[in-house]
Amino acid sequence: MSTASELKGRKSLFDGAIVRRAGVDALRKLSPQLMMKNPVMFVVEVGSVLTSVLLIADTMRGVGHFRFDLQITLWLWFTVLFANFAEAMAEGRGKAQADALRLAKSETTAYRLNKAGVVEEVPSSDLRVDDKVKVVAGQMIPGDGEIIDGVASVDESAITGESAPVIREAGGDRSAVTGGTRVLSDAITIRITSNPGETFLDRMIALVEGAERQKTPNEIALNILLAGLTIIFLLAVVTLQPFAMYSGAPQTIFVLISLLVCLIPTTIGGLLSAIGIAGMDRLVQHNVLATSGRAVEAAGDVNTLLLDKTGTITIGNRQAAEFLAAPGVSGEQLADAAQLSSLSDETPEGRSIVVLAKQLYSLRGRELAKLNAEFIPFSAQTRMSGIEVEGRSIRKGAVDAIGRYLEEHGVKMPNEVRDAVETVARSGGTPLVVAENGRALGVIHLKDVVKGGMRERFEQLRAMGIRTVMITGDNPLTAAAIAREAGVDDFLAEAKPKDKMDLIKREQAEGKLVAMTGDGTNDAPALAQADVGVAMNSGTQAAKEAGNMVDLDSNPTKLIEIVAIGKQLLMTRGALTTFSISNDIAKYFAIIPAMFAGVFPVLNALNVMHLHNAESAVLSAIIFNALIIVALIPLALRGVKYRPMSAAALLQRNLLVYGLGGVIVPFVGIKLIDMLIVAVGLA
Amino acid sequence: MSLNGWLQISLFIALILLLAKPMGSYLTSVFDVDSKTRRRTWLDPVLGPIERLLYRLTGVDREHEMRWTEYAFAMFAFSAVTLVLTYGVERLQGFLPWNTQHLPGVASDTALNTAISFTTNTNWQSYVPETTMSYLTQMLGLATHNFWSAAVGLALAVAFVRGIARRESKTLGNFWVDLTRGTLWILVPISVVFALALVSQGVVQNLRPYDHAKLVEPQTLTTTGADGKSVSTTVTTQTIAQGPVASQEAIKMLGTNGGGFFNANSAHPFENPTPLTNFLQMLSIFLIPAGLTVMLGKMVGSPKHGWAVLAAMTILWFVATFACYWAESQANPLMHNVDQRASLTMAGGNMEGKEVRFGIANSALFAAVTTDASCGAVNSMHDSFTPLGGMVPMVNILLGEIVFGGVGAGLYGMLVFVVVAVFIAGLMVGRTPEYLGKKIEAYDVQMAMLYLLIFPLLILGFAAVAVMMPTNGVSVLANKGPHGLSEVLYAYASATGNNGSAFAGSNWNTHWYNYSLGFAMFFGRFMMIVPMLAIAGNLAGKKIVPESAGTFPVTTPLFTVLLVSVIVIVGALTFFPVISLGPILEHLLLHAGHMF
Repeated sequence: MSTASELKGRKSLFDGAIVRRAGVDALRKLSPQLMMKNPVMFVVEVGSVLTSVLLIADTMRGVGHFRFDLQITLWLWFTVLFANFAEAMAEGRGKAQADALRLAKSETTAYRLNKAGVVEEVPSSDLRVDDKVKVVAGQMIPGDGEIIDGVASVDESAITGESAPVIREAGGDRSAVTGGTRVLSDAITIRITSNPGETFLDRMIALVEGAERQKTPNEIALNILLAGLTIIFLLAVVTLQPFAMYSGAPQTIFVLISLLVCLIPTTIGGLLSAIGIAGMDRLVQHNVLATSGRAVEAAGDVNTLLLDKTGTITIGNRQAAEFLAAPGVSGEQLADAAQLSSLSDETPEGRSIVVLAKQLYSLRGRELAKLNAEFIPFSAQTRMSGIEVEGRSIRKGAVDAIGRYLEEHGVKMPNEVRDAVETVARSGGTPLVVAENGRALGVIHLKDVVKGGMRERFEQLRAMGIRTVMITGDNPLTAAAIAREAGVDDFLAEAKPKDKMDLIKREQAEGKLVAMTGDGTNDAPALAQADVGVAMNSGTQAAKEAGNMVDLDSNPTKLIEIVAIGKQLLMTRGALTTFSISNDIAKYFAIIPAMFAGVFPVLNALNVMHLHNAESAVLSAIIFNALIIVALIPLALRGVKYRPMSAAALLQRNLLVYGLGGVIVPFVGIKLIDMLIVAVGLA
Repeated sequence: MSLNGWLQISLFIALILLLAKPMGSYLTSVFDVDSKTRRRTWLDPVLGPIERLLYRLTGVDREHEMRWTEYAFAMFAFSAVTLVLTYGVERLQGFLPWNTQHLPGVASDTALNTAISFTTNTNWQSYVPETTMSYLTQMLGLATHNFWSAAVGLALAVAFVRGIARRESKTLGNFWVDLTRGTLWILVPISVVFALALVSQGVVQNLRPYDHAKLVEPQTLTTTGADGKSVSTTVTTQTIAQGPVASQEAIKMLGTNGGGFFNANSAHPFENPTPLTNFLQMLSIFLIPAGLTVMLGKMVGSPKHGWAVLAAMTILWFVATFACYWAESQANPLMHNVDQRASLTMAGGNMEGKEVRFGIANSALFAAVTTDASCGAVNSMHDSFTPLGGMVPMVNILLGEIVFGGVGAGLYGMLVFVVVAVFIAGLMVGRTPEYLGKKIEAYDVQMAMLYLLIFPLLILGFAAVAVMMPTNGVSVLANKGPHGLSEVLYAYASATGNNGSAFAGSNWNTHWYNYSLGFAMFFGRFMMIVPMLAIAGNLAGKKIVPESAGTFPVTTPLFTVLLVSVIVIVGALTFFPVISLGPILEHLLLHAGHMF
């Protein structure tokens, strides 16, 4: 399906279609009703209207400096348009994605089971919660739901962009299916869990389109700061006219409005909403859907990351690493018994035992059928598995399970074996004891394999001030060893869902923000409690409802990227705010001497940039002010560069780049523009 | 500038930095509300019973904790009542005792202006004290306010610091307790010792009628009468004003009030007779404000943060002092062929309006210190400074008087700037901005911006109106052109910032200026306190996010630099246009040969 590549593919920043649409939207956004939401740019628009009216009036009366006044008026309008364009650009990328998703949402026919169990054909839009539908291979799943019967492979590329089909089955944590995905094989019965218009796909479209975009807490606070600064500058400029009149140098409205627009923080004011939209967009690019911008911001603030051990820190399965034979037993004997007991064990652990036996003792796999063997599968009661073959009764399992099994044979577990179990556990491994005919042969060391590169990532997180806590069902000894190997800061061993919840609450009580991932129904309460709860798309509906983000790739490690995206969003806002305010210094040095040097030539001493004349100075400042918005659109959309480091280091770097840089850049920029407009004869 | 001058300036700041720590520890002990952790001070045995007696008499429950609204209300009620009392004393002084000169009641506009002025810790004086106020008015109406307004400032600063330090708390302490303890433990004891030191140096302290001395050389004065004819009078005697000066002088400096017993303020030999008293007076201005930064660090559990704030203050103080001293040491460009170099027998530079016993260094330092803090006492006439030299005290006031600042007011003003600085730059570390573990959110930013907005609104608004009024506003100015603009700007800045010093020379004792400046003082104090306390109340209720590597650093030199930059940029962006038409233009024109 085309939607997949559309969603996944990273479009170039200035894609032609998006730019064209944004250009049109920029004009549409001039509507005062929309502009009012942005106090800074609204002031610029009011200024533009004012100078336009004045320009017409002056021209009709034949007064004023038409050429200069016209240019000022035009550049004021450009300033507003550029800001609108930035916002439209950010929205445009989301809209393109939403369009692609809508294709997947097309009406399909659903096969609803009525109360009598008879299949009836209805349009998918008629489905309501708790309706049951049948979907067979080749059909589109008509709505979000939960499989209540059957198992099927499903192509979810429409929403995840991942082309490999996934298995969905009734019961367990992989029962959720999403409307708009396609069943590739088998047949399933689904209980619908959401009404039309409220489905996952609907929510997703609304999200990427930014239709429900609400200002986030930080954005609101920043808007207040910008509005406050705007009022202060309004005050400074409005009162400047009486002072200028007292001094005998009254100013024109054009110059005063130019000064005002240059001073108020138009750079950040114009780019603020674009930054927010682009932040959400970056998450979508990473195949993560956030239910609100608030969640993205919270991700930047996270203090503690709760990471499940299995699948996140370690690769999902443990592998056999060594055989520790009991006294009087040879390694080969142990390996032989271990291999036999694992031959029909299709779990990754079982297979790794067979592989290890082959590697160490060249024991080849044997055909079970020829052996006339009886396989004893693992059960929750015995917590052992094994095999009955040629009079040999082999069992393998956890130490306490085998201990009980031996006791039934009236044998005690040899101390040497117990020691070996202890050693393995201490090193972070999982010990499996192998027994044959009531005699302990030894221990298989199953090892958790920590994913590559995790240690470095945790170090980065630590540098950012984020604490990582590993959650595992293992015993404390094993957990501690893995935690040490992976380099996490802390671990929660023998964790039950309630423990996880308690840990989150405890951290939150200390004022910390907690992020976690989860997929199971029993994760739901914790996901809801966490400040950032990322549900795996493969998880249950309950988990997806509880979290405030969904990872379409179902990759728990992605939490780390989410945190980085949240931080980047906040940093971009801060950097552009600092830059915007720092810019004002140069603008003062351009405009103030231009305003008053006519009457007081001595004030030319303040014209440190040696701008050509008063008109060129004011024009260069206002042109710089407008162009810098366009120049910074890529930065606003991409976000400032983020490398994990301590807050102190980040602050130093960003203050230097955006603070000091913000002071210097406009001096250079305004001077260059001045030279240019004088050269082409505009002033 | 001379080595001698710099040595004195260095000695001054060194002593302030040395005294900051013991003063801060003492302040912390006095204002710690937790009786379990509170350390006893050596004054407790004496003052404890007095404190308990006062609470019993007034029915104050010292354990009662106030929310920010109640705290603000108590503060305002106290200020309003004492304001009215002072107004009454001024108006009725003709009927009251200790009026040796038989002065009549003070005119209503002047009385109101003065009552507001002293209640708000401004001590702007549009009148000539020795010919307007009786001894009783000075003592009961004005000196009491010198204590109370300073104690109110202290209480407010302590409340703000508690707001930062407390965790999930609804309250900020008890205003009455803070007011009482600040007065009893801090202001009164230091003032008593300081007043005695001043008396030892020759500051007068009596209730005698004014002395009359026969002039050795009678003076002839020619004035223009109402009918336009010249009238000559010969003056043979001089009246030498007396009064309980030392007792008022001590708290005038220590409480950063600045209202002189005499019109000439600390330039008067009876107020500030020797270089030593001058040095002590400057020290006493910065003593409590410096200590408060250490108290901040101790109370919030981050002593380094206190030092970082103190460092920011010290940097700004140094720049101001250097600029003022440098500007005042420059030769007057209009006096050609005159030797203006400093030498053993001559101060050099600009001595107009300065006392010979203080010289340029101590006048410039005093001017910087009195306007860094919201003191407003003067030992030289700022109006007579060179344009750039005079710009320094003006800029100091326009920055918000947060460089050490007024007692209490300086610290809370500075902390509002900290909140703004943390918010602007805090986002740049990729987190919701945090100040010492407290998240800075929309409400805090809103209140901080309100605080920052009221200040230029009053100053620029009133100054703009004043310069547009030819009769009421402009005609009373002593000078025209950019210097006149500076005078108006300075007046409203001084009133709004509760400083009280003036570019003297103009007649401010008119209806327009008495009322408008009174309004500026009143709202410059109380309208800014409300949003400030609102922030404190809101911060107190927040959780404290534990410190980590991701925490915004508020203890580093980088933070100090950031804080200084934000203060300078906010101030510069707001006031640069008008400053460029005032002192900067005057400076440039002076060098082009024009005077005003």
